[in-house]
Amino acid sequence: MSTPVTTASPSAPAPSGGGHKGAPRLRTPRKKHSPGRPKRSILLTVLTGLILVYTVVPLLWLVINATKTQAGLADSNGLWFAKHFALWSNIHDTFTYHDGIFVRWLLNTLLYVVLGAGGATFLSILGGYALAKFNFPGKRGIFAVVIGAVAVPGTALAVPTFLMFSKMGLTDTPWAVIIPSLVSPFGLYLMWVFATEAIPVELLEAARIDGAGEIRTFFQVSLPLLAPGVVTVLLFTTVATWNNYFLPLIMIKNPDWYPLTLGLDAWNSQAQTIGGDVIFNLVITGSLLTIVPLIAAFLLLQKYWQSGLAAGSVKE
Amino acid sequence: MTTLQPPAAATRPPNRPSEKRDRRSWTGWGFIGPFAVVFAFVFLAPIAYSIYLSLFRDQLIGGNHFVGLDNYKQAFQDDQFWSSLERVSLFLVIQVPIMLGIALFVALALDSGRLFGRDFFRISIFLPYAVPAVVATLMWGFMYGTQFGLVGDINSAFDVTLPDPLSARLVLASIGNIVTWEFVGYNMLIFYSALRVIPTSLYEAAEIDGAGQFRVITAIKLPAIRGALVIATIFSIIGSFQLFNEPSILRPLARNAITTDYTPNFYTYSLSFNGQQHNYSAAVAIIMGLITMIIAYVVQLRGMRKGA
Repeated sequence: MSTPVTTASPSAPAPSGGGHKGAPRLRTPRKKHSPGRPKRSILLTVLTGLILVYTVVPLLWLVINATKTQAGLADSNGLWFAKHFALWSNIHDTFTYHDGIFVRWLLNTLLYVVLGAGGATFLSILGGYALAKFNFPGKRGIFAVVIGAVAVPGTALAVPTFLMFSKMGLTDTPWAVIIPSLVSPFGLYLMWVFATEAIPVELLEAARIDGAGEIRTFFQVSLPLLAPGVVTVLLFTTVATWNNYFLPLIMIKNPDWYPLTLGLDAWNSQAQTIGGDVIFNLVITGSLLTIVPLIAAFLLLQKYWQSGLAAGSVKE
Repeated sequence: MTTLQPPAAATRPPNRPSEKRDRRSWTGWGFIGPFAVVFAFVFLAPIAYSIYLSLFRDQLIGGNHFVGLDNYKQAFQDDQFWSSLERVSLFLVIQVPIMLGIALFVALALDSGRLFGRDFFRISIFLPYAVPAVVATLMWGFMYGTQFGLVGDINSAFDVTLPDPLSARLVLASIGNIVTWEFVGYNMLIFYSALRVIPTSLYEAAEIDGAGQFRVITAIKLPAIRGALVIATIFSIIGSFQLFNEPSILRPLARNAITTDYTPNFYTYSLSFNGQQHNYSAAVAIIMGLITMIIAYVVQLRGMRKGA
């Protein structure tokens, strides 16, 4: 039996009888992870590159084909540009088709995201903070119920939720999409873990001793510390709301309240109906316009959400 | 049976919370209250309502009346339901391991520090997560097409006839590919985040012990991210059982291959919104929910029990 490598006693005997090798080791920044500098591997890069090709090619296809007319889609190679570069006219047509319904869908989506994802993030912050920093009766119960609810397929709830909402007259209104979006069990869990690590109890004690009320303590002491976690939760709830399809599909019948996802689906299905206008070029361009804001948000906010996802658990 | 009472219990003062705890308990509720209220409204109430619905039946004669477990009995004898369940089970047995396998490979590759351009890889492979299921499905649907898709291009360029990805035989695999494409980066990031917080001291110890790369992966990295692996598996299983978006959006392109009872969820949706059978639909949804919960629970127990 070899010695188990998982034991990490700080006082591990050095191989040469305790003599230190040369200069004392400086702490390297946490960028490098394994001790020493691992050799870059071409083989591993190529293998990972194959997976990169798989994830990126469809996005390239989307960008390339957003530059083609309906005719150009059919008679050019899928992964190369057609003779006629039609991106600008496609974008113009996407925004103006059917009296600019696409703009309306975009605004609806923004409304659902601002109120739904924004609200979900706010509720998650408050709830996660409570779970992390307070003792209250029923705390374990709340946690168990929320975790149990995560395992309930959301779609199993869709039909009863629809029936409930239609009795209340909420269906076919923005509220039917916004209210269910307000609860993000994943967001709550993430904020709970994050707040546990990020807010030292001593700081809260100090604030209370200084006579700050709970609300003031929360906004002035705790919230700034939670910022990276907030960005992470906000980004993930935004994606969930922006990309939601099943919920609006059930709740919304009036095209005036469609989010982008339902609108694109409707445009795509239009080609199947008798006498329907075939506008695949607009479906593709609209799809591209739909994903650009999210991808931009992910790229711009990288620093924040990645540190948030690591949930403040940097140990070394 | 009488057991000796531990002395502590006998002499414990009556359980009266101190004033401080009292104040605290109240503030805790103040913070979690808003979440709890909305949660009760959009989670607990629909679950309760669903159970209520599933015990009734709406009939032309006699209207809405209590039928006990009849709807459940009907579901257990319903071939459409069982075949849809079989289909998603087959889907998950094949798709989930492939997806998580690729995600784990990329996460370990990123974490090893042996890649050129690590950050570029990480963000690019994650990007599909930001793409809505609708867009991902429309996109892949076009590419699968022979008319102006990549499959058509390959066919004409190489003068071959590839099997049609939208045929009844292959469409499930094609859906699996779309789902894999959407979520491989997300799972990779979950694994990668878990790998990043493994204490460096473990690697130093491993180096001293002379462990090779492979041994470090099996003895340190995989056990350390066990929790993340289990969570990702559970979420992927839940996702597979709920499969709806991709088949629903792909349906216009593959009308004969994708029926309205293609997955359990598609079936409950069709029952409710095309057939107006809300009661029966609720019963099927509850059975699906129970199956999902049981499987998720078993995976969690097994995943957490081994070693560690």
